[in-house]
Amino acid sequence: MTETPEAPEVSAEIVVPAGTATIPVVDVRRGMFGGSGSGDTSGYGQLVRVIEFPAPTQRPYGGWFDEAADEMGLALAEDGLSFDQAVEAVVIDRGEITFHVRGEHLLAFVRRLRDEPALRFEMCLGVSGVHYPHQTGRELHAVWHFLSVTHTRRARVEVSMPEEHPHVPSIVSVYPADDWHERETFDMFGIVFDDHPGLTRILMPDDWVGHPQRKDYPLGGIPVEYKGATIPPPDQRRSYT
Amino acid sequence: MDDVTYETSFEDVVIEPPLVDHDDAYAGVYDTTEGARVYTVTGGDWDTVLAPADGEKERVVVNMGPQHPSTHGVLRLILELEGEVITEARCGIGYLHTGIEKNLEYRTWTQAVTYVTRMDYLAPIANEAGYCLAVEKLLGIVDDVPPRAQLMRVITLELNRISSHLVALATGGFEMGAVTAMTNGFRDRELVLDMLEMITGLRMNHAYIRPGGVAQDMPEGGADKIRAVLRQLPGQLSGVPQMLVDNGIWKDRTSGIGYLDLAGCMALGITGPVLRATGLPYDVRKSEPYFGYDAFDFDVPTVDTCDVYGRFLIRIEEINQSMRILEQALDMLEPGPVVVADKKIAWPAQLSIGGDGQGNSLDHIRHIMGESMEALIHHFKLVTEGFAVPPGQAFSTIEAPRGELGVHVVSDGGTRPYRVHFRDPSFNNLQATAAMCEGGQMADVIGAVASIDPVMGGVDR
Repeated sequence: MTETPEAPEVSAEIVVPAGTATIPVVDVRRGMFGGSGSGDTSGYGQLVRVIEFPAPTQRPYGGWFDEAADEMGLALAEDGLSFDQAVEAVVIDRGEITFHVRGEHLLAFVRRLRDEPALRFEMCLGVSGVHYPHQTGRELHAVWHFLSVTHTRRARVEVSMPEEHPHVPSIVSVYPADDWHERETFDMFGIVFDDHPGLTRILMPDDWVGHPQRKDYPLGGIPVEYKGATIPPPDQRRSYT
Repeated sequence: MDDVTYETSFEDVVIEPPLVDHDDAYAGVYDTTEGARVYTVTGGDWDTVLAPADGEKERVVVNMGPQHPSTHGVLRLILELEGEVITEARCGIGYLHTGIEKNLEYRTWTQAVTYVTRMDYLAPIANEAGYCLAVEKLLGIVDDVPPRAQLMRVITLELNRISSHLVALATGGFEMGAVTAMTNGFRDRELVLDMLEMITGLRMNHAYIRPGGVAQDMPEGGADKIRAVLRQLPGQLSGVPQMLVDNGIWKDRTSGIGYLDLAGCMALGITGPVLRATGLPYDVRKSEPYFGYDAFDFDVPTVDTCDVYGRFLIRIEEINQSMRILEQALDMLEPGPVVVADKKIAWPAQLSIGGDGQGNSLDHIRHIMGESMEALIHHFKLVTEGFAVPPGQAFSTIEAPRGELGVHVVSDGGTRPYRVHFRDPSFNNLQATAAMCEGGQMADVIGAVASIDPVMGGVDR
């Protein structure tokens, strides 16, 4: 929707200083129906919605989360780290725990995650990348999921990094299972996993240029004509978000 | 017949050799008369690429696949051999990469089901179930899905597990020379696919499980038809076990090969039948039940042989356990809705059988076209725009036939997924190829890969 003069002033700037514990605003959206440029005939153009991710959780977390965080804090202390040094924030949402870990301490964190008897996350279920182009200074996120067969628990570890310096330590030395998953995330997002034994493309051809699952990489496609009407390719159709 | 004269005889055509600008017999560059450069690559010899290391007489690298019939689809195995012994095994994947995860970001949450079902094409229902469970977690409606929908999910999931395991046994047997296992396996699978077709309308790529429930109810008399198949199957299925379980040739061929123990499985993140063949009864249906799996009485079969034979036994027993679950699920089936009550999420139309085949239910068409303008708007909005999902991320795991299927879904509060990532069990389990094959015989590679049962559609997505 085109902005009308009387639209309320809301800062559309998304300022996310690196290393802060605030979980960022995803987007500020105006209007409805996803259209733009056709004039605000409905009046809905004045709607402003701020999209935020679930905020960091404060103690107590509830359930086994407190105990696990305590154990992790004690274990990290043996490495000369405090919990807050290694972990930016803890988010508990929809019954799942996410540790937002600082990249430089990731390896120490996951080693404790695997080896501490009280934690014992034996299995790494791989890493997934997410690209948030709006989050200046932390555009790329790597998200690992861990499983403890012993305790039947799951945990998520998230590391964010800037697009200009997309480096994060590889955890293959701790979890060999992460080998191909890191290669896939490198392939699709261009996240460089330092010290990976052989970080090459895995799904795309070796000489491919670009990282297809970044948000600024086009989907591609051609318009389709049907009975005189033209249907644009999927990435050019109206999106209602 | 009279002599036929051609205007030009082939003798006039002069085929000039390409102007190869270096000595490589397998790859060359030459210029055509139109001025374009043509590159030819016709295979090669490792000697021309890589000189043998000191003291090494010969280095034999065999490229198996991606078009080799025994590699389970377009899997490429790069094997380094010393005689018949594998010294190094590497996988080349990506030949079936279609960018499904990227495509999902341009479709509504409901349309995405049609895409994910095409990932692991032998376990389409499992893909849909994992995805829908993650979306339901994001929406916070996991507990609102009506019991009949949950049972329909369990029924289709277990039917799918049977059909998938039958293909695993059939192709696995075929690749090692047991052709009857193949013909029997595919014959019995067709029975199961008929049941899935009866419920969902399609043999494969069902798009049946939807966020909030399932696409349609069990057709009339469906439960009885499944019961009839469940009575018929054990007799038919027993052929393969009878032929192979105590068969000396089969046992010699599969015992002790493709060895991977519990420590190896844990390190490599291996789940499913491969993990259970090491003796660990880990099954997501038991450890973290979803869709009401805790209500069923079934066993998680294990063996402790850690080899191809053990995985074969596990798959056979899992088929039997799936039939047990199916019988219980059919008995528990009570009439009721098959999708959540929330009209902002539930698909507005239902399908029904008409005179000209399957289509939208006429009652629904009458309602939106003749009775209620609001219903029409609602239908239109929900189908074109879809529903919004609150921002956040969720991870769901289910026990797919090949192991633990994890789905990581991120929403930015919009009507389309912001990011969907599938942790496909085949993708992860293929990493074990090197550990299973290196040091073994060349011929055992086939058995080892078949026992992982990778589906390249799921591996490459």
